[in-house]
Amino acid sequence: MITPRSWLPIPLLSLLLLLVWLLLVRSLTVGHLLLGSALAVAIPLFTYRFWDVQPRVKRPGLLLRFILRVLGDIIVANFQVAWLIINPWQRSRPHFVEYPLMLEERFTITLLANTISLTPGTVSANLRMDGKTLLVHALNVEDEDALIAEIRDRYERPLKEIYEC
Amino acid sequence: MTTFVILEGVISLFLIAGGAFAFIGSLGMAHLRDFYMRLHGPTKATTMGIGCTLIASMLYFGVIDSQPVVQEMLITLFLFITAPVSAHLLAKSGLHQRLPHVDKTLGRPAELRREELGDKPVPHPTPDHEHITHERSPLPRRTAREQSTDEG
Repeated sequence: MITPRSWLPIPLLSLLLLLVWLLLVRSLTVGHLLLGSALAVAIPLFTYRFWDVQPRVKRPGLLLRFILRVLGDIIVANFQVAWLIINPWQRSRPHFVEYPLMLEERFTITLLANTISLTPGTVSANLRMDGKTLLVHALNVEDEDALIAEIRDRYERPLKEIYEC
Repeated sequence: MTTFVILEGVISLFLIAGGAFAFIGSLGMAHLRDFYMRLHGPTKATTMGIGCTLIASMLYFGVIDSQPVVQEMLITLFLFITAPVSAHLLAKSGLHQRLPHVDKTLGRPAELRREELGDKPVPHPTPDHEHITHERSPLPRRTAREQSTDEG
């Protein structure tokens, strides 16, 4: 948890909020700047207790490549799931998979869980109490170990390199 | 003039693809067998559907009307933030309610077996994987929640 240091407990969040506000109203007048700044100060003050400390991005280039890869995978995932839904002869094999986590920080685990939910045929269902395994529901799985290895290589290793190493 | 025709064709293609994906996602939500499979439709196919519609909107308003395209980007951002989180919460509450799944589902998660659940489930793991004790966070709300999870 972040202790309240000042009027801006999370400067980056405040900046992001101001930016999003200006983009939402699509104007750069003084009134909107003032209103956006007020919101950018007020919202972090009300919500800073819910925020974890965010780890630093150690390798921004890798993060960019990771985002592009995830975007590509989302498109592939969409075609796969759409085909599974509209093809009546396709026999799907749903599977609950226990995914043993290598990541340790809560923030990166959250990122991994979101990535898993957005990409091919998998939805992260539950993070275990001890934070060491993630329960994943997959729509169509041939091989449990292959799925675990794929998630490990494609998503978890890059995330670990970006944030934790 | 022909470029406009081609552009309009591309925009129409994106719109049709978006509509088709959104329809398929909703169809999946309607006719897949159990709760956990139904979750896959709205998280994946609908994301793509809305994405295609937004690309079409960006092309139309960005190129033909030459307006700045920021709001579509914001919609995409919010969508990518909210879709996986809501799917995760739905799956989690489904597991908590012990909703049935189809028989061919492989793997037996501990959440669906009553005998493997501990007495007091902890809502969030702490960063150092220790259970939160009452000395460190004496919130009255937590005890109420623990009682409700014990009963449920």
